[in-house]
Amino acid sequence: MHARLTLEETPLFADPSGGLYWPARRTLVVADLHLEKGSAFAARRTLLPPYDSAASLAKLQGLVRKFAPARVVCLGDSFHDVRAEARMAPNDAALLKRLVVGLDWVWVVGNHDPAIPPAFGGRIVSEIVEDKLALRHAPAAAGGLAPGEIVGHFHPKAAVATQAGRIAAPCFALDGRRMVLPAFGAYAGGLDVLDPAIARLFGRARFRVLMLGGERLHLFGRERLLPFAAHSDTAKKPAR
Amino acid sequence: MTPIDTGSLVPPPTLPAPFDAWFAARGWSLRRHQAELLEAARAGRSVLLVAPTGAGKTLAGFLPSLVAIAEDPRPRLHTLYISPLKALAVDIHRNLEAPIAEMGLGVRAETRTGDTPASKRRRQRSDPPHLLLTTPESLALLLSYPDAGALFGELACVVVDEAHALAGTKRGDLLALGLARLAALAPNARRVGLSATVADPPMLARWLSAGLSRPADIVLGAAGAKPQVTIVNPAARVPWSGHGAVHALPEVYMALKNAQAAIVFVNTRAQAEICFRELWKLNDDNLAIALHHGSLAAEQRRRVEAAMAAGKLRAVVATSSLDLGIDWGNVDLVVQVGAPKGASRLLQRLGRANHRLDDASRALLVPGNRFEMLECVAAIAAVAADELDRLPERPGAFDVLAQHLLGMACAGPFDADAAYAQTVATLPYAALSRADFDAVLDYVATGGYALAGYERYRRLVRDATGHWCVADPLFVRQYRMNIGTIVEEPMLHVAFKRGKRLGSIEEYFALGLEIGDTFAFAGQILRFEGLRDGTLEVSKAASAEQPKVPVYAGGRMPFTSELAARVRALLQDPSAWSGFPADVREWLHLQRKRSQMPDRTGLLVETFPRDGRWFLVAYCFAGRNAHQSLGMLLTRRMARAGLRPIGFVASDYAIAVWSGKHVERPSELFAEDMLGDDLEEWLAESAMLKRSFRNVAVIAGLIERRHPGQEKSGRQVTFSSDLIYDVLRKHQPGHVLLKAARADADAGMIDLARLAQMLKAARGRISHRSLARVSPLAVPILLEVGRESVQGSAPDEWLADAAAAQALIDEAGFEDDDPQQTLF
Repeated sequence: MHARLTLEETPLFADPSGGLYWPARRTLVVADLHLEKGSAFAARRTLLPPYDSAASLAKLQGLVRKFAPARVVCLGDSFHDVRAEARMAPNDAALLKRLVVGLDWVWVVGNHDPAIPPAFGGRIVSEIVEDKLALRHAPAAAGGLAPGEIVGHFHPKAAVATQAGRIAAPCFALDGRRMVLPAFGAYAGGLDVLDPAIARLFGRARFRVLMLGGERLHLFGRERLLPFAAHSDTAKKPAR
Repeated sequence: MTPIDTGSLVPPPTLPAPFDAWFAARGWSLRRHQAELLEAARAGRSVLLVAPTGAGKTLAGFLPSLVAIAEDPRPRLHTLYISPLKALAVDIHRNLEAPIAEMGLGVRAETRTGDTPASKRRRQRSDPPHLLLTTPESLALLLSYPDAGALFGELACVVVDEAHALAGTKRGDLLALGLARLAALAPNARRVGLSATVADPPMLARWLSAGLSRPADIVLGAAGAKPQVTIVNPAARVPWSGHGAVHALPEVYMALKNAQAAIVFVNTRAQAEICFRELWKLNDDNLAIALHHGSLAAEQRRRVEAAMAAGKLRAVVATSSLDLGIDWGNVDLVVQVGAPKGASRLLQRLGRANHRLDDASRALLVPGNRFEMLECVAAIAAVAADELDRLPERPGAFDVLAQHLLGMACAGPFDADAAYAQTVATLPYAALSRADFDAVLDYVATGGYALAGYERYRRLVRDATGHWCVADPLFVRQYRMNIGTIVEEPMLHVAFKRGKRLGSIEEYFALGLEIGDTFAFAGQILRFEGLRDGTLEVSKAASAEQPKVPVYAGGRMPFTSELAARVRALLQDPSAWSGFPADVREWLHLQRKRSQMPDRTGLLVETFPRDGRWFLVAYCFAGRNAHQSLGMLLTRRMARAGLRPIGFVASDYAIAVWSGKHVERPSELFAEDMLGDDLEEWLAESAMLKRSFRNVAVIAGLIERRHPGQEKSGRQVTFSSDLIYDVLRKHQPGHVLLKAARADADAGMIDLARLAQMLKAARGRISHRSLARVSPLAVPILLEVGRESVQGSAPDEWLADAAAAQALIDEAGFEDDDPQQTLF
C-alpha cells in the first residue's frame, strides 16, 4: 500500500519500496540505486553477493509495472561509481536497457555518478524544476532544503521502539514542504535521520518520517525516533 | 569406565635425578596419572588425561616434555601448549618458570598470544622456544605463515588444555583443523589432552587424536573428595520468579564472612552487576568484594585476578569468565547464584574451590525462584551420581572450514584432494562430503556465487600444478585480521570523559540510552554523557534509584536435558520434597490438588481464562530456546485456526501462550508437522537467522570483523550483513553460507533437535487440564509476561502498532491549519 501525501499542494504517492510517484506528471522517482556497489566492493576484495543490481532493478521494474509512469527519474547516485557499467552483468544491463526504452527516462547526476554511461539511453540532467517541485540529487543550497525540494543523497534511516524492541528501517523524511527519499538500492545502506546532516534540512516542528515496513509505510514524528538508527548499518556518511 | 583409585604412589624410577630431587624437596611424589603420562611419552603415544581440578593435570601434561627437553636441549620447538584462555596460558607459563629455574633445566618456555609484541612474535618464528604456550587462534595464525613447516618440523608434542571446553564448539573445529595441519607438518608429534571430568571420555579422545595412526589412550585421574554442596536456606520466602536471588543475599553474605575467600558465580553479566551491588549494600564489614566478567576492561579483570591470587580479596562476583583458569589456592567456598543449568557446569564451578585434590570443596547454591530450587536439588543429585552432561556433538561448521582453507592458502599452494583428506581426518568433519568441501572451497576462491561475475576478483587461483594459492597478498592481510570463531555482538567502549576505559557494552543496549540516563556497569552507577568516536562517555552518577543494567545477547546458558529429566522426576516424587522450604512444598502440593504434576515423559498442558484472555501453559522442559521456537510456531498455527493468539512467553521449563479464544484440543496444535513449512516460513524472515548469518559471514571472511571503537577513523568499512542476507536469500538460497547460518540456528537458537524430540515424545501423551483459573505451577511463567520481549512477526505489524499510537497523538494535537500536512 502506498501512502498519499501532499507537498507544496502537489499530491504524491510514497511507495513502501522507497519510490515516489507524482500522478499529475505521471512521473516515478527513485533515488540512490547505487548499481554495482557489490562489484565495487569485490574490486576492493570484499566478495559480496553479486546480485544487488539485479535486486534493485527487479524492484524498480515492479514499480514501473505498478504505476505505469510516462517518465522515470533516477535521482542521482544511480551508479555506484563511474566504472559501474563495465562491471555490470550482461543480464542486468539488458534489463536496465529494456526498462529505459519506451519511457522518458531521466538520469539526474549525483556525486557518485557525475558521468552517466550513455549506453543505457535516457536523458541526463542536473535537476528537474516543474510546477512547485524541484527534483535534485542533493539540496541546491548548502544551508538546507528549499520549499518544494525533493532530494536523495542522504539515505535516511529511522529507528523506533516497538513492542518487539527497536526496529530500524529506511524512511522518507519530510515536513510537508520538502522531502528526502530513502535509498532504493539493495546495498545502499542508511544514515540516521536524526544525524545533523539530515535533521538540519527540516523545520523541527513538522518533521515526520515514513518508515518502510515491508508492505506498508508507517508515520512517526521526531519525538518517537530513537538515536543511532544507522549505527550498526553500513555506509559511511554520503560525501558532500 | 570407572576411575581407578590413585593417590597411591608409584615408585619413581622413571624420573631423572633433578626432577626426583625437586619432587622430594617439596615432599611430593609422582601421582599415578603423572607416571602414566610419562610412560605414554616414552612410548610416543597420544593420551587424554581426564581428572578433576586440583589433580596436578597441568604438571602431568608438561612433565614428559620437560624431561625430554632436559635430555636433549637442542634448540627447536618441542612442545606446543594450547589453552582456550590467553590468561591461562600466561599463568601456566608463570608456574612453569619456577620448576624450570629451580631444576636448572635450561628449557626455554614462552607465551604467544594476541598481546605478544610483533618483534617477539617474529623472533619466535625464526628462533622458537622449546615450549610455546598459545591459543587456538594464535596457532591458526602461526600455521598461515609460509615458514610453518620449518617452525613445526621437529615438534614432538601438542598439549591441549581444557579440551572439554573446546570440543564440540566452533573454536574446537578450528583447533581440530589446525591439529590436522600440524600432523602433516610434524607427523611424529603426539597429542596430549587435558580435560575436566566429562560424560564420555572416549568421544573426547577421538576428537583429540582423530587422524593419528593410533587413538589416544585414556588416563583417568583419581576422583577427588566429593564436594559438599548445600542449598541456601533463606529467612525470606522463595520468590515465584526472577533469577537474582536478592532475597537470599543476606545468607550469602554471612557465608562470605565465614569463608577465607569465595567465588560467587552468577549466570549473566547483568546478574553479576546486580549481585555485586546488592552484596555491597549489605557489606557492613567492608569485606573486599570484587567483580569480574567478560565485558570489563582487560586491565580491570587482570587487577581483580592479581588481587585474588595475592589473597587480598574475600570474594569475587563472577560469570563464566572464571569458569576456567587460574588456580587460586585459597578459595574455600563457591557460591552459585541462580540455577546451575547443567551438572557439568556446576561441577566445573565447584572445582574452583579447594584446588587440593583430597579436600572436599564447599559450595552453596542459591536458587532465584521455585523452579530453580528444584533445579538445584536435581543438580546436586546429578553431581553426586557422577551424571555429567554430554558434550555437544555437531558437525564441523562450514564457515570455520572456509577460514581454515584461506589460512592454508596463505601458507602456500595446496592440493584440494590432500586438503579434503586432511579435513575429513578430523572428528568434526569426518562425515563432510566432497561436494560440500568443494562448495566451501569455491566460496573461498570466488565467493561461491552461481553468477560468475567475480572471476577477476577471486581470492584463490590455481597455479600450473593445479594447486590453490592466494591471488593477492591483500587477502593474506585480511585473513590475519580476521582469524577466530568468536564473533561478539557490536560493542561500544565505555569510558570516563577523557579518562580510563571501564569495559564495553553491546551497542544494542547503548542505543536505548538517552543522555542523562544512569546504568550500572563495572560495579558503579554511571551517567551517560554522550557518544564520541564510538565510545560511550560516562561520568559517575551521584546516585540512582533504578539504574538500567546492560544486558548481553548470548548470555543465557542452556538448560541441559539431563537436568530437565531430573527435575521432572522430582516433581513426580513427593517423598523427595521433604527437604524443601515450606512455601515450595506447599506450592507443589497445591498443584497436585488443583491440577496435576507434569510426568516424566508426556506433556502437561493447562488452559484457563484470565483477564478476558485465554491462557495455554505447556510444561515442555525443553529449554528456553526450543520453547521460543515452539512459541513462534504455535502462534502461527493458532492464528490459522482462528484462535486469535496475542503473545507468548518462554522459560526453561514451560511456555505460556495467550489468545482471544480457548484452545479446546491442544493435541492438534502440538503435532510434529509444525516443523515443516511453518518452520521454514517463520525462519526465512526471522531475526535469529540474520544474526546467525552475520556470525557466519564474519567467520568465513565475507565481511570484516568489527572491533569496538573502530568507528574512530570516521569511516566504517563494515557492510551490513542484513542487506547481504536479504539479497542472497532471494537470489541464491542454496549458498553455502546460508546453509551454515541455518545449521548454526538449528543447533543453537532454534534448538531444533530438542524441539523435535519433545514433540515426538509428547505424541499421543498430552494431558490437557482445562482449569477455571491459573494453576500454582503456571504462576512463575505468567510472571515472566512483560519481562520478556515478544518476538517474531514482520516489522510491519510492530511498526503499525507503534504508528497507531502515533496516530492518536496526532489526533490529539498535531492537526492544525497547515494544509501541507501529510494526508493518510
